Amino acid sequence: MKKNIEVMNEQNKPKRRGQFGSICLRYSRNKMAMLGLIIFLIVLFFAIFAGLFADYDAEAIKQNIPDRYQRPNEVHILGTDAYGRDIFARIIYGARLSLIISLSTVMISLVAGCILGALCAYYGGLLDSIIMRITDVFLAVPPTLMAVTVVAALGTSIPNLILALTISMVPPFTRIVRSAVLQIRGADYIEAAIAYGSKDAYIIFSHVLPNAIGPIIVQATVNLASVLLSVTALGFIGLGVPSPQPEWGTMMAENKAQMRYYPYLVVIPGIVIAATVLSINMIGDGLRDALDPKLKN
Amino acid sequence: MENLMEIKDLYVQYKTDDGRVYAVNGVNLSIGKGETLGLVGETGAGKTTTALSILRLLPERTGSIEKGTIHLSGEDITAISEAQMREIRGNKISMIFQDPMTSLNPILTVGKQIEEAVLLHTELPKKERLKRVDEMLEAVGLQSDRKNEYPHQFSGGMKQRIVIAIALACNPELLLADEPTTALDVTIQAQILQMMNELKNKFNTSMILITHDLGVVAQTCDKVAIMYAGRIVESGTTKEIYEEVSHHPYTIGLFNSIPIMDKDATRLSPIPGLMPDPMIKRAGCSFSERCPYCMERCKIEQPGDYTQDSHMISCFLFEDSWGKNKEGQEEA
Amino acid sequence: MIRYIIKRLLVLIPVLLGVSLLIFGILTLMPADVAAVQLGIAATPESIQEWNEEHGLNDAFFVRYLDYMKGLLSGDPGISWSTNTSIKMEFAQRIPSTVILAAGTIVLVILIGVPVGIISAIKQYSIFDNITSLSAMLLTSVPSFWLGLLLILKFSLDLDIFPATGAGSLSHYVLPWITLSACMVARLIRMTRSTMLEVIRADYVQTARAKGAKQLRIVFVHELRNALLPIITVVGIILGQTLGGAIVTETIFALPGVGTYLLQGINKYDMPVVMISVLFIAAMIGVINLFIDVLYMYVDPRLRSQFVKGYVTR
Repeated sequence: MKKNIEVMNEQNKPKRRGQFGSICLRYSRNKMAMLGLIIFLIVLFFAIFAGLFADYDAEAIKQNIPDRYQRPNEVHILGTDAYGRDIFARIIYGARLSLIISLSTVMISLVAGCILGALCAYYGGLLDSIIMRITDVFLAVPPTLMAVTVVAALGTSIPNLILALTISMVPPFTRIVRSAVLQIRGADYIEAAIAYGSKDAYIIFSHVLPNAIGPIIVQATVNLASVLLSVTALGFIGLGVPSPQPEWGTMMAENKAQMRYYPYLVVIPGIVIAATVLSINMIGDGLRDALDPKLKN
Repeated sequence: MENLMEIKDLYVQYKTDDGRVYAVNGVNLSIGKGETLGLVGETGAGKTTTALSILRLLPERTGSIEKGTIHLSGEDITAISEAQMREIRGNKISMIFQDPMTSLNPILTVGKQIEEAVLLHTELPKKERLKRVDEMLEAVGLQSDRKNEYPHQFSGGMKQRIVIAIALACNPELLLADEPTTALDVTIQAQILQMMNELKNKFNTSMILITHDLGVVAQTCDKVAIMYAGRIVESGTTKEIYEEVSHHPYTIGLFNSIPIMDKDATRLSPIPGLMPDPMIKRAGCSFSERCPYCMERCKIEQPGDYTQDSHMISCFLFEDSWGKNKEGQEEA
Repeated sequence: MIRYIIKRLLVLIPVLLGVSLLIFGILTLMPADVAAVQLGIAATPESIQEWNEEHGLNDAFFVRYLDYMKGLLSGDPGISWSTNTSIKMEFAQRIPSTVILAAGTIVLVILIGVPVGIISAIKQYSIFDNITSLSAMLLTSVPSFWLGLLLILKFSLDLDIFPATGAGSLSHYVLPWITLSACMVARLIRMTRSTMLEVIRADYVQTARAKGAKQLRIVFVHELRNALLPIITVVGIILGQTLGGAIVTETIFALPGVGTYLLQGINKYDMPVVMISVLFIAAMIGVINLFIDVLYMYVDPRLRSQFVKGYVTR
């Protein structure tokens, strides 16, 4: 009897290699999703290998007043800004910053949200109520506002920025993970696993989380896109990455005074932001379709 | 006696992004006035698709009737216009679906939903329509003063009764019932079936009852058709199917897999294997992989329909002993 | 119905109190030399001490919190740390601008977003659907402040049709409305579309089709009315996001609203100003969600039968 249940459980565990393979296949057939992936990888490439293309101190940071306000040319492919700094250099180092901040934020809040959400859903009861009430309070404040408040209190710096954005992101994540886990928890194969004595931790890690991971990953990409936009927005209103560090949003804020005469100063960072966020959104949509193709037809 | 409905050589396919699904592969059925035909088979055999094809309710983008005709009282309804088809739906032919919990619109009163059927197909004034609604509610065993309540205020069994009331509101000639009692528990199931039988007899409605439950078939059906992988592998009167000894190997497997109370057994005996992938078109008999009597010939050649009286079996085992009838039509 | 409102209020009020505690708690973490900033050149160790004492910075956390809340709940949001004047008057003057911005945006967003989303879903896979879905995805990816700047560039500085900054007349709000609604409309379209798609696939729609109903009837009688419920919820979510995004939009166009007031407060380390601004926005969102809940209850007969008198219940 026990052996049969074991077999049943093995069959209900997401067949990792088989399913994973077919998900990848479905994703790769989606042209938009692949385009998004390519664009994102290009941005990632420049972010990681920025050093190969431009020197940080000499080109991105050091002010070079005589060279300022140059339109895009052979020496400076994207021109120079109000302080003579090479815009291309600032953009690719800005990519590094933006990606580091947003990826860290999403990963930390993903882990925290998963742990909290899974605990809530799995154990229920008083723990669940308390955490959910606290989450409700956090959720009553829109994420942007939350981040603004934390930065207002703690000051602008990269760690503070990550902290602020993480604080605004953990509650929604927790809620989503909790509902995904709740749905799975009621499933029959979980009851079977409990019935033959699996330990709680084992159930959570080998049954619940792998099956919940799908919607969670999709939500994570959506959050990545919105965090990236938040970082730039905060930078724009002066609460983001402190000067002189290059960040796409702060770049636009710094240069908007002269945008009438030098529109490229403002247009270029915006295009880069839009392209990056768009690629993440396309990846997110592609993942959603690949994970649950039934939704399409 | 002309049959009420004749389905000849029906082929239905779904074109999905992952490929083509051969759901129905050459189905022949006929049903007379006042008869109940049980369409039996496992999940995925193509029973629901067949029913949807009759009413042309297949999903627009993906489903299509590739070949075949469906005659209602002599007229081929696969060839008529959509507007004409709409006049038939809910009026001459009605369909009820499997899950009563989701079949009713949650934000309309049940009375309005029954009334809609009458509104769509008759010219009756409001007063007469409401009278009809009351009649139908009472016919299915519910109180007529509940017509202003919402579906969530009824239990599962009652919801199904409402669904039946909607389907019978315009006195259709044919009712397609797709597993109407599968989602209900056994005691309610019995009630619903009995009610359906009574109504059917009262109004002389023909019925195609789709089910995978052989017990239900025995109780309610005059004729049976057993479907496997999109084809009818055996058909006949209920007596022929349940009491005679000659059967298609699949039918034997089906009957053997029913646990019997008074037999001593330690294990259940299911049919080994699974239904073949409907996305692959195969040459031979679709049951060959699972058939204990499979011959080499079965894997490459499709068996014809062999008949004896009104009993049809599509298996080479009966090729010589029974009358050959490639059309699969019943001989009276 | 009153019962339902009361029920929801009983949830909203503790949440808002919790929010006030949370925000207050976060803001007390402001660097300790706030006094020095406020006093400027007049800052000496003694005057700093005096200032801290006056403004209650030496008191325990809960004392400060309760003091503040006592004042707030009796209608006095305190004194600005930087201007030393009562906040009440100035804040009240800030509210209209934000309300105009938010209201105009919401109207635009709903009027465009809901119909487009619904039609996209009904005509899934058509050219209309493909174009709108693509445009919507593009718009959600574009930073709103960039869009604002581009609009200023073209329509203010270049063509001189609309003013770039300030808030003298309604035409001052046109570009801000477009900026803020662009992003929100795109989100609403996507969410409305997916909601409508779910409704279209519902079993009861198939039942209606099996009755012989025409497509038009199915859309209006069955699909739309059922889609309305989740769409209302989605509109509520978007409304909340709009108020959050208003801060940035007010900054670009220098509108004298709560958002710019908030930022001013932040730049001057003016805690009471920041506190009231954040609380106000959070409270507005809470109240809007309350309205949405009540509206939802009216539209959904399942809820209505529980809370409105005269409905037969089982």
